[in-house]
Amino acid sequence: MRIIVCLKPVPDPKHWSRLALDPETKTLIREGIPSMINPLDRKALEAALQLREKEGGEVITMSMAPSSTMPVLREGLAMGADLSILLSDLAFAGSDALATSYIMATAIRKLTPYDLILCGDQTLDGSTSLVSAQIAEFLDIPNLMHVSAIKAQSSRVFHVRSQIEHGYMLVEIKTPMVLSVAKEINEPRYITLMNILEGEEKEIRIWSSRDLSLSEPWVGLKGSPSQMADLFMPEVKRKAEILQGDPLEMARTLADRLHRTGYC
Amino acid sequence: MAVNKTVQSEIWVFAEQRQEELAEVGLELLGKALELAHPAGWKVASVLVSHSLENGLCEQLLSFGADEVLVADHPLLSSYCSQTYAKILEKLIREYNPEVFLLGATAMGSDLGARLAAKLRTGLSAHCIGLELSSEKKLLSVVPGWGGNLLARVYSPHTQPQMATVMPGVFDMPKEKKVNGRIVPVDVDLKPENVTYQILEIRREAVQEHALEKAEVVIAGGWGIGSKEDWEWVENLSEALNGIVGATRPPVDEGWAKENQMIGQSGRTIHPKLYIGVGISGQMHHMVGIKGGELIVAINQDPQAPIFELCDLGLVGDFREIIPNLIRALKKYSQSEQECPGPGCDWIGGLSPLKP
Repeated sequence: MRIIVCLKPVPDPKHWSRLALDPETKTLIREGIPSMINPLDRKALEAALQLREKEGGEVITMSMAPSSTMPVLREGLAMGADLSILLSDLAFAGSDALATSYIMATAIRKLTPYDLILCGDQTLDGSTSLVSAQIAEFLDIPNLMHVSAIKAQSSRVFHVRSQIEHGYMLVEIKTPMVLSVAKEINEPRYITLMNILEGEEKEIRIWSSRDLSLSEPWVGLKGSPSQMADLFMPEVKRKAEILQGDPLEMARTLADRLHRTGYC
Repeated sequence: MAVNKTVQSEIWVFAEQRQEELAEVGLELLGKALELAHPAGWKVASVLVSHSLENGLCEQLLSFGADEVLVADHPLLSSYCSQTYAKILEKLIREYNPEVFLLGATAMGSDLGARLAAKLRTGLSAHCIGLELSSEKKLLSVVPGWGGNLLARVYSPHTQPQMATVMPGVFDMPKEKKVNGRIVPVDVDLKPENVTYQILEIRREAVQEHALEKAEVVIAGGWGIGSKEDWEWVENLSEALNGIVGATRPPVDEGWAKENQMIGQSGRTIHPKLYIGVGISGQMHHMVGIKGGELIVAINQDPQAPIFELCDLGLVGDFREIIPNLIRALKKYSQSEQECPGPGCDWIGGLSPLKP
């Protein structure tokens, strides 16, 4: 079977939060922040590799990103993917979730016959969680989100566990399909030095807009209906009375305050 | 039942239901939509996709104030399938052109909204925590901006309908009132092959529903707690104050806390009387979830942490030193209350005005 895994390089959140706290700039600076595979996409890749081990076939990763993120794609290859495809073109810049899904779906169609497309439920940076269902819509195939377990019943029929509020549903679904995985699905494998060397041997194929039959008005900024109207400070500022010094003293002051307001 | 099939509403709200039970978020959104629509001279429709009209769901929606309840009723719609539901809704939307279409940011609403927006090639603002209607009658959806202490208003001015999924618990449940609305059944044209997957089984825990949302006291921990062992301090403090434990995202990712304990943009929105945040820096993703809190207390080692500007009372220090002392001090109060033989002895244990 042919499994395509959507991998998004995202800024590493460890560095991300530290920079967001910078008192001077008060803004997020992205330059110089190392990229990593979006954690849930890594789990999608792990699920793909496990399925390949059971059912045979190939695993192809697909990313839409600047070419500077190549080291991150190498990591996917080191984990065990057979081929990495990078969709990179200035024309793609400014794409929102809808335009991104359209470009990804168009590229995936080039890989027909595909059986399964795997994504992570959400990304650390955008977290709109729209792309997996929208890829499925553009390809006109079924999809499930919040997937926590996958089992092949036959070559085309799968049983999939999809998390819903306070529980899950068990679904019978046929390929080709799109599944986006939840964090419960697995723990991704570790990469050994040997894996890294093997990954270096594999191909990263770059596709630009010329390689895809895209309808121009649906791509990039033009193809993105969502816009930001403005940014504003939320009204969350409060009295901000700050205590410092002896922990015992502070604890007593707080306990006293809570007592007076009726909490103990 | 009304036979007039012309739909008049400009704002449509998806009335999510599973196993013939309406999701609360669909009602919360109905209430908010009515608040936005009526000053603008608009009407609001709840859109119910289901099977069997005998279950009283339409009447329930009317009782919460819907001007219209659009009902797509068909045996093949009895359980959720994203492609089937999206197909039905696409046809309806193309026929009646609503200005705005809202869904809950639930498992079902997020999935369905995404497919529907792609079908209609329109923008969808996901996981919103606020909705406004501009003077030009454009829907402005509020989402937290990337990491900074900012919120963004997002909109799709050139496509229709304007779509958004909204986090459960952001808006209050509307009050039930007199029924003025009408039920509008709509045509459904479906074949068995349109249903592209089968739900074999649904399992849901009987959880304490909305424990965090309804809690009066919430003690939340963040990345600064540092380890599973130290997470117990958060739980101990919560126990001492008879509260419910909440978390930011990192403790959930690290496995110290559970997914359903997460507060903020991608978690719960809470309105406690008392909130104590421990080891929480104060990222906007989290802080928007506690906006409705009455007394916000922060304990953090880093005096620069943004939460110190966003709290009522801040304690700068190591929680490992503060919490044990705090629990001891709290116990003193509660023990002295236990010693109190009954009403009329309020001079024991610091309740007296003699003891400031």
